[in-house]
Parts: sequence; C-alpha cells; structure tokens
Amino acid sequence: MITKRIIPCLDVKNGRVVKGVNFAGLQDVSSPVELAKFYSDNGADELVFYDITASAEGRALFTDILRETASSVFIPLTVGGGINTVEDFDRVLKCGADKVSVNSGAIRNPELVSKAAKLYGDQCVVLSVDVKRVEGVFRVFSKGGRENTGMEAISWIRRCVENGAGEVVVNSIDTDGVKGGFDLEMLEAVCNVVNVPVIASGGAGKIQDFISLFKTLPKVDAGLAASIFHFGEVQIPDLKKAMAAANIHTRI
Amino acid sequence: MVTIVDYGVGNLFSLRSSFAAIGEEVVVTADHAVLQKADKILLPGVGAFADAAEKLRISGLDRVLKSHVDAGKPLMGICLGMQMLFEKSYEYGCHEGLGLIPGSVVPMAGSIPEDLKIPHIGWNALHLKKSSDLFENVQEGQCVYFVHSYYADQCDEYVTATVEYGKELTAAVARENVMGCQFHPEKSGTVGLAILKAFAQM
Repeated sequence: MITKRIIPCLDVKNGRVVKGVNFAGLQDVSSPVELAKFYSDNGADELVFYDITASAEGRALFTDILRETASSVFIPLTVGGGINTVEDFDRVLKCGADKVSVNSGAIRNPELVSKAAKLYGDQCVVLSVDVKRVEGVFRVFSKGGRENTGMEAISWIRRCVENGAGEVVVNSIDTDGVKGGFDLEMLEAVCNVVNVPVIASGGAGKIQDFISLFKTLPKVDAGLAASIFHFGEVQIPDLKKAMAAANIHTRI
Repeated sequence: MVTIVDYGVGNLFSLRSSFAAIGEEVVVTADHAVLQKADKILLPGVGAFADAAEKLRISGLDRVLKSHVDAGKPLMGICLGMQMLFEKSYEYGCHEGLGLIPGSVVPMAGSIPEDLKIPHIGWNALHLKKSSDLFENVQEGQCVYFVHSYYADQCDEYVTATVEYGKELTAAVARENVMGCQFHPEKSGTVGLAILKAFAQM
C-alpha cells in the first residue's frame, strides 16, 4: 500500500535556509542544497522549499538554489512562497519543482488554482492554507498567518479542491510552534470534505505526534514539519522506524 | 547515451539531471534524423493521453519510434510515455496509442475502492513479477514514486512489476526491447536512479 510521507520544510531567504540548522556532517548548515541532500539521504519522502524573500534579487537567488537542488536531489520537490500568477508556476517548474504550493496568491486571485490546474495538471497544484479558530470557527488567515481573511476555512478548501488543487497542506496556526501534536480536530474536518491528499502541518514536537496523527486519522497522507527536523529533535530515520513498528506504511 | 524525445509534453529538467547524476550522457531532441540514429530512446510524458498521442502523430515521431523498435533497439516509456506504448487509452474517450505492447490504459476511478484517493500519488512498493533488465538492481518491496489516475490493463503477459493500490495495478511492463514504468524513476531516489542506469547501460 501507499506509504505515509514525511516532509521537511525549508524556509529560504536570499538563497539561504532561515534558522541555521545544526547537524553533524553538514558543512554548510544554511545551504539549502546541502540540507536537501542530507534529508533526501536520510529518508525524507519529499521536500518543501518555501521562499520567504520579498525582493526580486532574492527571488533570483531562490531559483538558482532550486535549480541546483533539483539537479542533485531526486525526490519530489514542492515550492511555495510568492506564487501569485501562472508565470510564477512556470518560473519554478522550469527550475525543477514538481509541485507548486499557493496560499495568499489563491486568496487574492481564486482563479489561479483553476488556471494552473488546467495548464499543469491537478497533481501540480498544492493548496496551502493557514487556519486558526476564531470564536469556534475555522478561519483562513493570509500574509503568513497575520491577517484574518474572514473566510470559513473548510468551505474555502473544498472550493479550491473543486477548482483543481491536487493536494492540501493544512497548517494550524493554533498548534503551530506549540509542539503539542498536530491539530487532529482541524485535520479531520478537512479530511471529511476532500478526496485529495491532505498534508498535516503545525504542532509536531516528537515522534509520537506523527504516530498519533496517522493512527487517529488514516486519511491524512503526510506530515510536514520544519524546526524539529532542522534541530534534530526528531531524526527522520528514527521516526520511520517507529512508524513501521506501529504498523504504519512507510518507506524505509 | 540515451536520447530523450522532446515532444512538448512535460518537464524534462529532472530526467536530464538524473542522467547527469549517474554519469550518463543524454540528448534531448525532436529531430527525426537524430532519433533515427539513437541507440536507446526514452519517451517521457506528463499530462493528457490524447494530447500527447496527437503530438507524436502530427510530428511523425510515432513512425520514428516504431522503426526504432523494429530495428530491435531499446525504447523506454515513463509515466504517460509508458501509457503511450499501448494500443489505446480510455482517458476522456478512446484514443489510439503506439500499439507497441498489447493492452489498454483505463481509469482507476470505478475499479478501485471508492475511499482511495485518485490520483494515486506518493511512494509505493514495487512487486517484481518477472525478471527485467531494468530491475537488475531493484529489490522486491522497494518504494518508488507514483503520480497517475489511469493504469495499463489487459497486459498481464508483459507486466514486470505491480503496485498495490486497492488492487494490483501495472507498475512496469516489458515486451522484448520495449519497456516502461508507470512511476517516475527520476523522482524515486536511489532506486529510480538504478533503473535509469540499467536502461542507459543496455
């Protein structure tokens, strides 16, 4: 059967990984290329590169880095950050991205999802959504989680999937950074309305959080995290061994 | 040296990079003369069957590929490129393929349990069914990366590997010098690179 995916996420600014990481054997801890290779060699199933640069120069550096990474790492690469037009899709796909994740770009221009899906296929379009509870209702936040759009999140996700989003990354602002586990309630609400892969993000602090995620919600396809992998709090080979021991299908 | 057919279907960046990483030269071309002289041809493809088949026909590349195969030289299809090797596909209608391997390409929808998501996307284990030159360095149960909503059917005799997704689906095929993978070797880590290497060294 298909395996559950483990996905490290790398925030890249001006061509460097933000929040330096600390690994034995890694010479340049903020080189996205080195880090991507390290993760790929250590069992990551996919990588997400998130471009948090605002300037045009930074963007050019990012595509250089992406091209270099895609030339040396042979697992799927998803790219997000600053994707507002189909030209942005084209730019990163040409540099070796396999999938492109849209967030604020889709909020500003909901047609972006359907346009990109028609051009590149549903499998290429990943909807990334930052969600937070406001008075008991799941709301979509934009601008890196700072601004409440007022949109109800579950219907927004459903609408984007109907328009061609082939995967959904659900990032819970409520659990993000808390390291108390994924937001199972929010993820379940999403799984109940879509039939495309759902990727859980926000809240992982230890191996057991991934086990609980996949055991409680078998419909979730992947777990994404950043700092716990970067700081070595969770080593992917250990995580995968623990998943296999818990009878969760995984690629060892 | 592997010659990759460039017929405007899909992104060839990863394939080029994969062969570079394993130290194998590639030529990416749509030039008939170059393809006619090629030792080994790789047919990639991502997207819709009808569109890709049409592109091969209009450009006359279908005839070039057939005569390459008639000459006994290796041809490998990847993903949609593999599906194109078959007689026909039922993706949005019924469309003719290259007819190099008997069988047809059919939708997963309706033939796998409803609770399974389509496309079949992610890493899944290969089950080796027959010895295949491509899988010389691949072990039973190793995972490779799939992204597809259709699969090759009624081709049992030529299936070299399967994958379990609600039912046993065709993962790889071979008929003499014609072979194909439904999955993406260029996205399947070291296992995938070993498959590309095996093809390059045929």
